Amino acid sequence: MKILYRESHEWAAIEGNTAKVGISDHAQSELGDLVFVNLPEVGTEVTAGEVLCDVESVKAVSDLYAPVSGKIVKVNEELESSPELINQDAMGAWICEIEVTEVPEDLMDETAYEEFIK
Amino acid sequence: MAKRTALYDNHVAHGGKIVEFAGYELPVQYTAGLMNEHLAVRNKVGLFDVSHMGELIVKGENAEEALNAIVTNDVRGMYDGQVRYSVLPNEQGGAIDDILIYRINGQCYFIVVNASNADKDAAWISSHLPKGVHFENISNTVSQVALQGPLAETVLKKVAAEEFIPKKYYSFIKKADVKGIKCLISRTGYTGEKGYELYCANADVPALFELLLKEGQEEGILPCGLGARDTLRLEAGMPLYGHELGEDIPVNEVDLGFAIKMGKDDFIGKKALEAHAPEYARVGAKVVDRGIAREHSPVYSGNELVGMVTSGTHAPYVGYPIAMLRIKKEYLDKPLEADVRGRRLKLEIIPIPFFKK
Repeated sequence: MKILYRESHEWAAIEGNTAKVGISDHAQSELGDLVFVNLPEVGTEVTAGEVLCDVESVKAVSDLYAPVSGKIVKVNEELESSPELINQDAMGAWICEIEVTEVPEDLMDETAYEEFIK
Repeated sequence: MAKRTALYDNHVAHGGKIVEFAGYELPVQYTAGLMNEHLAVRNKVGLFDVSHMGELIVKGENAEEALNAIVTNDVRGMYDGQVRYSVLPNEQGGAIDDILIYRINGQCYFIVVNASNADKDAAWISSHLPKGVHFENISNTVSQVALQGPLAETVLKKVAAEEFIPKKYYSFIKKADVKGIKCLISRTGYTGEKGYELYCANADVPALFELLLKEGQEEGILPCGLGARDTLRLEAGMPLYGHELGEDIPVNEVDLGFAIKMGKDDFIGKKALEAHAPEYARVGAKVVDRGIAREHSPVYSGNELVGMVTSGTHAPYVGYPIAMLRIKKEYLDKPLEADVRGRRLKLEIIPIPFFKK
């Protein structure tokens, strides 16, 4: 498994041809307490760089962008009742799983991402 | 460039996430986060820097009469050491600001105004006072902290003698001593909780802030940012200028009847208000569907656009999203929905304040 990051702070944990997608710890800390995750729909085709879904913190609503292209095959329904899981463990609280058709070349590995948010 | 309050370094030291608000650099939250800060105030006690608020003085032999002619509430009959909430109206019956009036004595009033309106208010008030009534804007010399929550009194008692702690809601002690720091202490606040607001000189406020945080440790005190200040006031159903109140919103449409005394002698805006039959109402609503209806979201009843959301957030204490609405009165008992980025969220009008204890 390898974890890659977008500049807009989403991560994709890629294993074989599927990827779990979430947001980085840095992103959850910037957003503050999350109170609502508007999960995407299973079956939807998404394109890397386009809006995937949105999350609401107390302060604001924020769009999340798809780090990879493909079809959404699973969503983490636990987040519907417990959006705070993202605040508690951003790297563990995946939002959806995508059957990957394309991984953009400009994604960063962990070292590059750590450097990027410094 | 944004101004800093005298507590800027303290905010940074306590992990405050600094944002610009009303021309000031202030913490939106500290390390505990908005949710914990909100709940600390509801369940224990929290401390806010509200030094950005403006402070004005109106004094002179005819100060009472002069003030009464420019505010909607009636300042007659107040006692020395009493506070009264009022709207500062314009000629059209809209609000220039909402304010707190502190009666030092019948010839001297201390007025607290919103930071974003302080210069506008100062210009308006000073130009609408008769000769012989003096005006002073002391905003830049005064700092203010708000100690709020059910345990606020316990904390204050550790640092101030009984005689310096105001007993009644909306009363104040002008010359209070907090461990050697001279303060004006009022039993007021913007959270819906029991609490106090302490005014002092800029130079003294860092020591006061740290003292209250230290003495409140046992009680579980948290420093609280602007984020929690907004969610607390909204959960308490309190209006905010620029959201529920504004120059173009007639003040007889905002559910502040207790502060608008149409029976008193002429005041600015009275004629306009007499002539205006309210079309809209300010009401609280619960968002029934999942999601948050934020300010400016249009509100529909069926296909009819009937108003808008003026403030909306997730309410941490009650645990669901709430909103304040400005909607046409005839739709109060009709089904309502907010349009949030193309999604319709069902609204249910419920009484404010939103929380009960």
